[in-house]
Amino acid sequence: MIDLEIPKKFAPLVAQAHQVALEIFRPISRKYDLAEHSYPKELDMLASLLDGMNAGGGGEGAGAAGVRRDSVKDEGNRNSSNLSTVLGIMELCWGDVGLLLSMPRQGLGNSAIASVANEEQLRRFDGKWAAMAITEPQCGSDSAAIRTSARLDGDHYVLNGEKIYVTSGERAELVVVWATLDRNLGRAAIKSFVVEKGTPGFELVRLEHKLGIRASDTAAFMLKDVRVPKENLLGDPEVNVDKGFAGVMQTFDNTRPLVAGMAVGLTRACLDETRAALAGAGVEIDYARPALCQSAAAAELLRMESDYEAARLLTLQAAWMADNRKPNSLQASMAKAKAGRVCVDVALKCVELCGAIGYAETHLLEKWARDAKILDIFEGTQQIQLLIVARRLLGKSSAELK
Amino acid sequence: MSALEKAMGLGLRSLNWFARLPLADRLGLRKASERVVFRGARAGFRGASAAARVFQSTQKLVKPARLKTGPRRGLFDLTPTDEQQMLREAAQSFALEQLRPAALAADSASAAPAALLQQATGLGFSQLGIPETLGGAGNERSAISNALIAEALALGDMGLAVACLAPAAVSTALVLWGDEQQQALYLPAFVGEQAPAAALALMEARPLFDPMHLQTTAQRDGTDFVLNGTKVLVPLAATAELFIVAAQLDTGPALFIIEGGSQGLEVEPDPAMGLRAAATGRVHMRQLRVPAAALIANGAAEVYRQCLALSRLGWCALAVGTAQAVLDYVVPYVNERVAFGEPISHRQSVAFAVANIGIELEGMRLATWRAAARADQGLDFVREAAIARRLCADKGAVIGADAVQLLGGHGYTKEYPVERWFRDLRAAGLMEGAVLI
Repeated sequence: MIDLEIPKKFAPLVAQAHQVALEIFRPISRKYDLAEHSYPKELDMLASLLDGMNAGGGGEGAGAAGVRRDSVKDEGNRNSSNLSTVLGIMELCWGDVGLLLSMPRQGLGNSAIASVANEEQLRRFDGKWAAMAITEPQCGSDSAAIRTSARLDGDHYVLNGEKIYVTSGERAELVVVWATLDRNLGRAAIKSFVVEKGTPGFELVRLEHKLGIRASDTAAFMLKDVRVPKENLLGDPEVNVDKGFAGVMQTFDNTRPLVAGMAVGLTRACLDETRAALAGAGVEIDYARPALCQSAAAAELLRMESDYEAARLLTLQAAWMADNRKPNSLQASMAKAKAGRVCVDVALKCVELCGAIGYAETHLLEKWARDAKILDIFEGTQQIQLLIVARRLLGKSSAELK
Repeated sequence: MSALEKAMGLGLRSLNWFARLPLADRLGLRKASERVVFRGARAGFRGASAAARVFQSTQKLVKPARLKTGPRRGLFDLTPTDEQQMLREAAQSFALEQLRPAALAADSASAAPAALLQQATGLGFSQLGIPETLGGAGNERSAISNALIAEALALGDMGLAVACLAPAAVSTALVLWGDEQQQALYLPAFVGEQAPAAALALMEARPLFDPMHLQTTAQRDGTDFVLNGTKVLVPLAATAELFIVAAQLDTGPALFIIEGGSQGLEVEPDPAMGLRAAATGRVHMRQLRVPAAALIANGAAEVYRQCLALSRLGWCALAVGTAQAVLDYVVPYVNERVAFGEPISHRQSVAFAVANIGIELEGMRLATWRAAARADQGLDFVREAAIARRLCADKGAVIGADAVQLLGGHGYTKEYPVERWFRDLRAAGLMEGAVLI
């Protein structure tokens, strides 16, 4: 039965996340935007609170812990952890994207572990903060071209290479590192390894200075003969050329809706702020009347609300499909593509609509516009999402549609 | 008059003059100029509307028959019910097997084949909106079902879909807002073998048309109302036996029932860029007198607001269906069309255009469904309908334009359906009334 409202059972979670966004994130947003690289210690207490929510809520937490596709077999429509997680993220990013990314134990590495780790690994890495290291100086979107290598040596893999743009790289306790077992075997040989901080040869070399999301640390690492226990490889250790990239890429089907959710949350923050500012200036949308019979600002606001709604519903669709164990690669990329471009477009337009209030540091709109841009880049750029969507719709391989 | 306008006037005058010349015959140009004259005449023909049958109350109702609303499950869900899925598939096959092959001819003829409309009636989609107590087949009010059907029919052709759905806009309005007398008088005809053509007429011809401020007026005169004004782009205008017309009362816009053939009612063709199979026309009302019983829901503002929103959602559903037709058509085309030694779909500029059609179409669909589902749950849906409308207007037009662009020169000719979809998709941004989900 078609119903696109947020289910009532998630109302307490959404309300809690909203309180966190409003009472904890917003008041310190500007502080950590200005003090780049300093650790938002206010988040420690919050993280414990979230751990409690995750533990008590039957896996329906607000963080990244919930994106695992469990194998419960039951008939009928399910609204569970993927949906609740994305809803929580939307609310928290209505507060602050950078601070959400800085949340202890809620990193993308945690999502990867939750998505593909076996039971033993889940137990071993439980309660640890995990970052994700994919990008290298020579390759970003083309993650099949990574050069960081992993060589089996007895009970260990030996990792060598360089990783950049590792979100929470400084603060996390674990880093999930993508490396290839054999560069000649292409994508199929790429595996992910959990590297513990402090492992000899695993060195943090610098932190980036960024356009936005400054509360979140972005680290670069050198790996020189880093020895990682064999049991730290996530997923299947065999190189299966037919299955290709599936193992490591599976993470993305689960995490892209989450990043889309971040963009949706930020977009709503901009719209709420701008709607209130415009209402103060006497501009309000009359939804019963055609947009073009109203002021240009009202028409623009309505257009942005419509794009926001499309992005939001696409994101919920992708998460809902994951909850119901339907393949959602196409919908996840659609959501990420739409939400990513909408949040940049809306944030920049809201700055313009609000003028100096939008552009000055007295308010947060200018910061949100800077934060927004990363959401159309990381976890797959706009162009990569379009490629994925196009290949799926057209039935093309990556060799045919490059 | 600007220089340009003068020049254009001169051009027309000279064309007219040219048409009278014997030279035109010699050069074989007579036919071309005659076409211009013919079109002018057709567009200008104005006459009495189709005379309505005598509508009779065959049963007495003590209170209006309404469809009940379904129970809420309370979970996010994008799966249609089994019944909706069945309806949807039936409508899709009808659309692809009957409507699509008839679309080009209907577009050229500016009319839907009567047999096709008869067949659509026979399929009974509109009967589902009429309660069983009135002889219909409906037991639950479902805007979602109606949206799914409109979407499926538009997969075949939007113009023909509008022709099929126009009468249901009137019957649905009567089910939702008609009183017991109005229902008993008119609805039985809609479940009979020969269901009447009917139309919901809201549009007026002026820039920045705002349906909340109508120029068509209704003035009280004793217990009667006297209507004056012109409605445009009314589907099936020439054959409709029953109209629901929006007119400005002193209290605000309101809906009136008008029977075809009424004194003071005239119709004329109003062909447009698209939707031609729906045989759109203008409906003129001059000192048209209707009894007090013709006013729907006492002119309640809330009813009119809902009528506008449900109509916009109808156009959204049609746009979604047409955009899906575009996607289904361009995918094999760009995969088969070869340029520079490989399918054009191997180029990102082409592939990304297809991806964006897919993405925006999905957003249009979800926004439309959300608003319709809210309507079914008794939640306010005017804002959600406005949002769906904005999406379908903006993205729908781009999808139509991209469809033609992807086919290049081919897309511009009538040999391919995309030019029709280009014309039809523009409607979703501006039409008010005519369809209702």
